[in-house]
Amino acid sequence: MQKIYFDNAATTSMKKEVIDAMMPYFTESFGNPSSIYEIARENKKALDESRDKIAKLLGADSKEIYFTSGGTESDNWAIKGIADVYKDKGNHIITSSIEHHAVLHTCEYLEKNGFEVTYLPVDEYGQVNPKDVEKAIKDNTILITIMYANNEIGTIQPIEEIGKIAKEKGVIFHTDAVQAVGHIPVDVKKANVDLLSLSGHKFHGPKGVGALYIRKGIKIKPLLHGGAQERGRRGGTENVPGIVGLAKALELAVENMEENNKKMIELRDYIIKGVTEKIEHVKLNGHPTNRLPNNINFTFDFIEGESLLLLLDMKGIYASSGSACTSGSLDPSHVLLSIGLPHERAHGSLRITIGDENTKAEADYFLEVLPSIVQRLRDMSPLYEEYKKQKNR
Amino acid sequence: MMYSKKVMDHFMNPRNVGEIENASGVGEVGNAKCGDIMKIYLDIEDNIIKDVKFKTFGCGAAVATSSMATEMVKGKTIQEAMKITNKAVMEALDGLPPVKVHCSVLAEEALQAALWDYAQKNGIEIEGLKPPKSGDHHHIPENDE
Repeated sequence: MQKIYFDNAATTSMKKEVIDAMMPYFTESFGNPSSIYEIARENKKALDESRDKIAKLLGADSKEIYFTSGGTESDNWAIKGIADVYKDKGNHIITSSIEHHAVLHTCEYLEKNGFEVTYLPVDEYGQVNPKDVEKAIKDNTILITIMYANNEIGTIQPIEEIGKIAKEKGVIFHTDAVQAVGHIPVDVKKANVDLLSLSGHKFHGPKGVGALYIRKGIKIKPLLHGGAQERGRRGGTENVPGIVGLAKALELAVENMEENNKKMIELRDYIIKGVTEKIEHVKLNGHPTNRLPNNINFTFDFIEGESLLLLLDMKGIYASSGSACTSGSLDPSHVLLSIGLPHERAHGSLRITIGDENTKAEADYFLEVLPSIVQRLRDMSPLYEEYKKQKNR
Repeated sequence: MMYSKKVMDHFMNPRNVGEIENASGVGEVGNAKCGDIMKIYLDIEDNIIKDVKFKTFGCGAAVATSSMATEMVKGKTIQEAMKITNKAVMEALDGLPPVKVHCSVLAEEALQAALWDYAQKNGIEIEGLKPPKSGDHHHIPENDE
């Protein structure tokens, strides 16, 4: 049976070139970059070069790139580190209702510790209105944190505009760009951001490594206290192989972005068209055009997401859902609820996130098996039964 | 999260899916808001459950517990059916992940709601049977296993 990986927003496979670039730093050149002998110096050099590379690809300066263990650490560090420095100036933070939990739960943690957080609503497509950001800014606002692009519905936020407002008002602006970096062009200067989180495994790099861009002049407290690594801001021996892999993966992603995106947008829109033509009572979640090239998110009425995923899994198709049953809680995805979906419809969501390896043949296979899977679950559903009875009445 | 082979079997090949026209008793529990609804139809004759069907909106465990619960009551007397608890359904499925235990509770409740409907329609009393709880609750068992 063929296996089709449609969950690239969860994680990606590593490119061979990335693994090849990393390998020497596990064996021959394994030294600690803080030591002074030769194998350590080689390591230090690789670290510096990776930092330069990433900085250049993001339009930043090398001194503004700090390596972390991934997106969650970067988000935690940015928010807690800024809150800690500026707590005497103010205690108000602005974010959106559709952030990743790495941001939302960090904000909730700060709320329990005396901070005030505004969770801005989004429109039906999942977009934050920059005017809402402007209106929410108060004298005691110290940080705005709004994601670059959403991980569930793929909607891209008006980051440049929000950044401009933050700049004018003198409020620090962080963006969780975990789903954007390596997927759409990201330039920290153009985006007017002060801090930006990224994660390697979302663009065919290794897991457990990421970075935080911190604009020169921004004060931040460390999250991890320890040695003098990362300019004294993040203790811990650097994950050199991971960092080399991160830089290589980003380099490849940016190099091939235009070509890959052209192909992926075509495939994305082909799947969207196919599903909406073949299946009734289906809705595309997220923005019709202003969305990540890899993201497709549907709601199928009358059925539940986990059942759908299990049946797709049986056909060798790997995807994800925002249903409660897949989140381990009773509530479905906060993102789908925020864009106005009622609970029962949010439970019936399916997220397909494609990668550059996916083919039209795979899309065709998916389009061939999906309608019968959806119908099978609908035939079992009391909600569908009720709908049919009402329709026939 | 891992389902047992039995859960997967009952999810992939659910037994007794469907409706019964003019059923002796129908029970529906859960709500769409929580992501699961179970509806069980009973055909009862001479105190014996001659036939049983179900329709479920929910996750893999919700479908599997509905399927197993209906299998367990088929051909049984009302008194025997009353003894089928969520634990028995769970055991018959070789267990459920802790977050899915509530699905087995729902199956027990759906069954009892259908029996209650039958009792109401026929003006009889079934020993130990309580009226179904209102639909809008989060059916979380007190002690997750």
